Amino acid sequence: MKITQISVFLENRKGRLFGVCSLLGANDINIRALTIAETESFGVMRTVVDKSDAAVKLLREHGFVANFTDVVAIEVPDKPGGLAAVLKIFADNDVNIEYMYGFVEKFSEKALLVFRFEDTDLAQQILAKHSISVVTKKEIEGL
Amino acid sequence: MEVPFWNKEIETLDRPMLEKLQLQRLREAISWAFRTPFYQKRLPQAGITGPDDIKSLPDLQRIPFTEKDDLRRSFPKGLLAVEMKEVIRIHSSSGTTGIPTVIYFARDDLDRWTDLLARCIVATGASAGDVFQNMMTYGMFTGGLGLHYGAERVGMTVIPISGGKTKRQIQTMKDFQTTVLHVTPSYLLHIQSKLGEDGVNLADLSLRRAFIGAEPHSENTRRKIEELLGIDAFNSYGLSELNGPGVAFECVCKKDMHLWEDAYIVEIIDPISGQAVENGQEGEVVLTNLVRRATPILRYRTRDLAFLHPEPCECGRTHRRLSRILGRTDDMLIINGVNVFPSQIEEKIMKIPEVATNYQIYVDKKGALDRLTVKVEIYPKLFLGEVSKLEALRGRIREELRSSIVITPNVELHEPGSLPISEGKAKRVVDERPKD
Repeated sequence: MKITQISVFLENRKGRLFGVCSLLGANDINIRALTIAETESFGVMRTVVDKSDAAVKLLREHGFVANFTDVVAIEVPDKPGGLAAVLKIFADNDVNIEYMYGFVEKFSEKALLVFRFEDTDLAQQILAKHSISVVTKKEIEGL
Repeated sequence: MEVPFWNKEIETLDRPMLEKLQLQRLREAISWAFRTPFYQKRLPQAGITGPDDIKSLPDLQRIPFTEKDDLRRSFPKGLLAVEMKEVIRIHSSSGTTGIPTVIYFARDDLDRWTDLLARCIVATGASAGDVFQNMMTYGMFTGGLGLHYGAERVGMTVIPISGGKTKRQIQTMKDFQTTVLHVTPSYLLHIQSKLGEDGVNLADLSLRRAFIGAEPHSENTRRKIEELLGIDAFNSYGLSELNGPGVAFECVCKKDMHLWEDAYIVEIIDPISGQAVENGQEGEVVLTNLVRRATPILRYRTRDLAFLHPEPCECGRTHRRLSRILGRTDDMLIINGVNVFPSQIEEKIMKIPEVATNYQIYVDKKGALDRLTVKVEIYPKLFLGEVSKLEALRGRIREELRSSIVITPNVELHEPGSLPISEGKAKRVVDERPKD
């Protein structure tokens, strides 16, 4: 099952990331996972929050460029080789990963990772076939 | 001080004779102008039906000004006064809004221009036997080829290396023991800062002179170049509409640039009223080309601000001296010697759907060189989160701009509403280059 990531464009200016985080915090929106893609001239913040619709609405109202991106949150055994085993399945089945990052907290005993796939539907089929558990939108909201 | 001349008779012609020559040539230029569709229409509107209407030099003021826009509107052949088979060279500058301007040269035109450049070169003390490294860009731009032919006529050894490739420039200066450079002042300072990096030091070189031009610079910049490199640097002035370099050049006295008045009539006007300013006052430079048959241009408004020295130069030349260019009456930017109009940038940006309409043009210095940054706001609806798409967008904007303005700008993407809202063109351009 897909979950929603929020992508926020951050220009190369002091305090932009702080601006996003403090706005979310002040409105009781909790950040679950976060990564920043940086280039020499701008950044893109990628985050999974508990209330994504409200977060995007809020950010846009405050002049930020924000949009939704489909990602998949996957539970991976928290032990050596755990991630590699999952990645092998993707590699064997021609599922391309655009980027991935980790959650701040755990949902169970397993580690929780966010994946952005080139083809999300294909990735979901492969995940289901190999009985790899994904986290639902509801579960994210309740974290 | 020894004062060398290329054509002493013309260069020291007394003023009454010089003015007589000007009048005679002006009347010829008007008859050439009447062979172009543009002036066939323009001159009768001002009540001028032929060269006989110009009886004295002050009658020049009856002729209407010619503007860059007139050249654009006349593209491609509205200002061509000869058969195309007589044209042996075309030079062109990129337009401010996509339409270029073009200048045609017949064989005699090139010959006269080349001779003016030989005059400029010799006036600086350079001569046959010098090794001349021409670092100006070759091609449609007039800066490279103009000096090239002038230097050959003088008998210098010409190295047509063109611009850029700093390491190669330095190695070439060493390999051939270059004595004279033609270069923009900012690029020359950049080269100076790179000396020693690859083991070639100033002591390995034989530099004696530099012709510096294509961008305005101060007396301080000249001194800096002269002191750092141990050479004499000479200011030069020209613009493609009036042939290119060689309109005015400094002599060995280095006290501003002799404007060759047998080839050009210079006027300094108040840019608002269009009237002549008082002798020696600053104003806009207006030039009439007296000796180019294929593309005659009368009373061209250069948009450059400068003044004429009323008193003669110690060298004995009677041709008056034009000051350094003190500014522009329009918003043209000169970036590393390349002329850039903000409208060229705006036109390209507005055609790209992923960017919003607000933008800013930012110019500063990185080391000795000018740096152009174009800041645009992204259009929020087209942001889907992919970094690669944004990077591709930056690359596309950079490429679009490069194809239009010739230089490659740095492109920055900004959030909507983050750039200052512009209430006029001026605010869109932030120029933080030190004025020294």
